[in-house]
Parts: sequence; C-alpha cells; structure tokens
Amino acid sequence: MLSDNGPDARVLAGGQSLIPMLSLRLARPGLLVDLGRVPGLDRIELGAGSTFVSCMVREAQAERSEALLRRIPLLRDTLPLIGHEAIRNRGTLVGSLCHADPAAELPAVALALDAVVTAQSASRGSRRIAARDFFLGPYTTSLQDDELVTGVEMADQPPGGSCFLEISRRRGDFAMAGLAALLAIEAGKVQRLRLSFCAVGDRPILWTEQELQVAGAVLNDDLIQHLAETTSAALRPIADVHGSAAYKRQVAAVLVRRAIRLAQLRAESGPDPETGSGG
Amino acid sequence: MYGPDQKVDIQLSVNGMPRRGAAEPRRTLADFLRDDLGLTGTHLGCEHGVCGACTVLVDGEPARSCLMLAVQAEGRQVVTIEGLAEEGKMGPLQEAMWEEHSFQCGFCTPGMLVQLSHLLKTNPTPTEAEVRASISGNLCRCTGYESIVRGAMAVTRRQPDGD
Repeated sequence: MLSDNGPDARVLAGGQSLIPMLSLRLARPGLLVDLGRVPGLDRIELGAGSTFVSCMVREAQAERSEALLRRIPLLRDTLPLIGHEAIRNRGTLVGSLCHADPAAELPAVALALDAVVTAQSASRGSRRIAARDFFLGPYTTSLQDDELVTGVEMADQPPGGSCFLEISRRRGDFAMAGLAALLAIEAGKVQRLRLSFCAVGDRPILWTEQELQVAGAVLNDDLIQHLAETTSAALRPIADVHGSAAYKRQVAAVLVRRAIRLAQLRAESGPDPETGSGG
Repeated sequence: MYGPDQKVDIQLSVNGMPRRGAAEPRRTLADFLRDDLGLTGTHLGCEHGVCGACTVLVDGEPARSCLMLAVQAEGRQVVTIEGLAEEGKMGPLQEAMWEEHSFQCGFCTPGMLVQLSHLLKTNPTPTEAEVRASISGNLCRCTGYESIVRGAMAVTRRQPDGD
C-alpha cells in the first residue's frame, strides 16, 4: 500500500502525533494505513544482548516491561516523561522515532543507545538504519516513502550509570531541553560518556567522550562544568514561546551538570538491588 | 480499503452495552461517541490530545478519544463519563467531588472523572502527589485544581470496609 501511494500514504501506529497533525491540517494524507489490526507487531523480543521492540509496542507497554527496563535502564527514566498516561497508552516507541519531533525524548535516547531501526519496503526488502543516520531534521528521517519501520533494536546498556532528565514547564509538556546521559567510569576516570540532547536543535544531538575529548579524564566538578559549558555553547536552539535561545542553552548546561552527576552516582552505587538495573 | 466517503460499520461495547454505528474512516472516536451515539458527555477541548477533556477508557485504559479514529474502536470496550454512574446513581468518586465542589463550568469534569476513576481502580488510596500526577494531563481553566484534588482525596477517606 505504501508503494502504491507514495507520499500520499501515511502509516497509522499509535496516532498520538499523526492524528493531531490531521486535526490541525498539518498533514493531509490521502490514505492512512492502520497497523493496529496487524497481528504480531506488538512484541518486545528479548535477545542475547539486545532487544527488538516491534513497531506497535505502546509506550505504556514498554513502561510495564521490567525485562526491557532492566536491560535498558535509560527507558525507565524516559518513558514516564513522554506526554501523559493516556498518550502513552496509545503512542508507540517506533512511531515516536519515525515522527522525529525535535523535542521528542525517544529519538535522543535512540541516538544515545546507537539503536538500529529495521525499515522494510515491498520492492527492496529490509534494511537496517542506525540512529545516527536516521534523524535528518525536524520531522524528517531517512526513510523512503514506501518504507515501514518494523521495529527498533537496542543493545543492552553496558555497565555504568545513565539517566534521562528534561525541563518542561509542566509535567508532560514538550521539553524545553532534554538530555540522555550514559557514563562508564573506572577509578574515577571517564571510560565512556554519551550526552544526547533533545529539544535544543532540529534533531537530537549526540556527543561522545571522543568528541568531547574526555576519555580517561578524571571526572570531577571542573570537568563537569567544562562539559556543561562546552556543549551548551555549541547548541543552536530556536527561540520560541518557551524561552529564548540563550535561556535554553542555560537550561541545557544545568541538565548536563545534573545528568552527569546522577549518572556518576548510579555508576558508583552499582546495580539497583530491587530492579537489578545499573541505572 | 475504505474510500473517503465510505462509511464503515463499527460494532463496539460502550459502557457495557453493545453499540453499533457507521462512520467514515476519518471520523474520530470522540465525534462518533458524541454525534453518532449521542453520548455528549465526552467533551472536545483542543482536539489534539493536550487538554484531556475527551478522555475515555478503551479496554480499561485511559485514552484520548480525539486521537482515535472511530474505526479503531471496533470490538473494543469503551467507557465514557456516562458509564460511571450506575443506574443513574452517582458513584463514590462523583459524590465526593460533588461535596468538595470539584467543578465549576464542568467542561473538564468528564475527563477528570474518567481519569480519576481509573486511578482509584488501580490505586484505591493514592497520595495527593499521585492524584496530581494522574490528572496532570487534564486541563482545568476554572478551579485551579485544588477542589478537584480534594474531591479525589475525599474518596479515599470515605472508603468504608467492603465498599
């Protein structure tokens, strides 16, 4: 159906982003392809070392999957911050990735985790697209018109600490700035650091320890401050009703400090005895 | 595949009763409930999922009826505000909110009640923080939320044994 109808057809998964666009006349597809009744698309497949989240897995379903959250603790922080309960009951993880709202949390998390989506078309079969090649701009991904994302694969998080934090005016609002942080430290030195921002650019923005030139550096207050200043200064957020660009950069810097400290705390305290997660 | 003007037969359960209708694929569940089934208790505030006035339960879980197409509700169990009062008698939540004056214009009230009834079913003795978190997706322009929270908390206090 997608092949036959090209850009005039849109896939309907959770509908929590697409249907508002229809109501606001921001999208006028001639055809909606509803995945809701296709069986077997709501599986969370736990593999050896990674998990495949199929395209109709609802965000609420993921929130309830202890097995998924143990493997990917970042989702434990992130999922409750997405909209509201009623939205998460219908909205899908994969749908959020494909919608590629610059302010959305899940694309930033996918980027931080090096997630890989599987895209399928009737004529060309399937291909795997890494998150770093997937998000091209606002509401723009590298998907072709006739491709359907069947799911996203996320590797189990390596040992260390992680967190997702965001600042929004009210609970459930779109983030003014959001940050996924992944940290591995050994003997007080940074082994691995990933900072992935949402809402402060036209797509999620990732820095790694290599790009930040902090591999092997001692993780102390000075380094954290340096990271907060360096990353926030490089951001080009758009000014809007939520705040000026300068304000958003300031908020981003605050998030860097909070997120690295929380990730460090979690890395040092080890796996949570209750949830088994490394945080 | 359905053409744009073609009406699709829909059969679903609404408030425990089997209901049916015919709707174009583009018709939202909210419009279907209100205009086709005459259940106007479900309100339209923003029609893009933000305000919560359209909240109904679909298979027991809160959902924005303005963000569902009626055809997606085929075979589902939907509960609207009209389904909360059994045989016309207000339930404990409604009575508590009545006593605490938890509404003024009443526009947000159906969504608030549906959301809170779901909360109390899964968590009969929520903390105030949990009540506020639960209704964080329901906007009210009149009350400032305090009387709504008081109403919800009053229910938890008036649960006698076995009620």
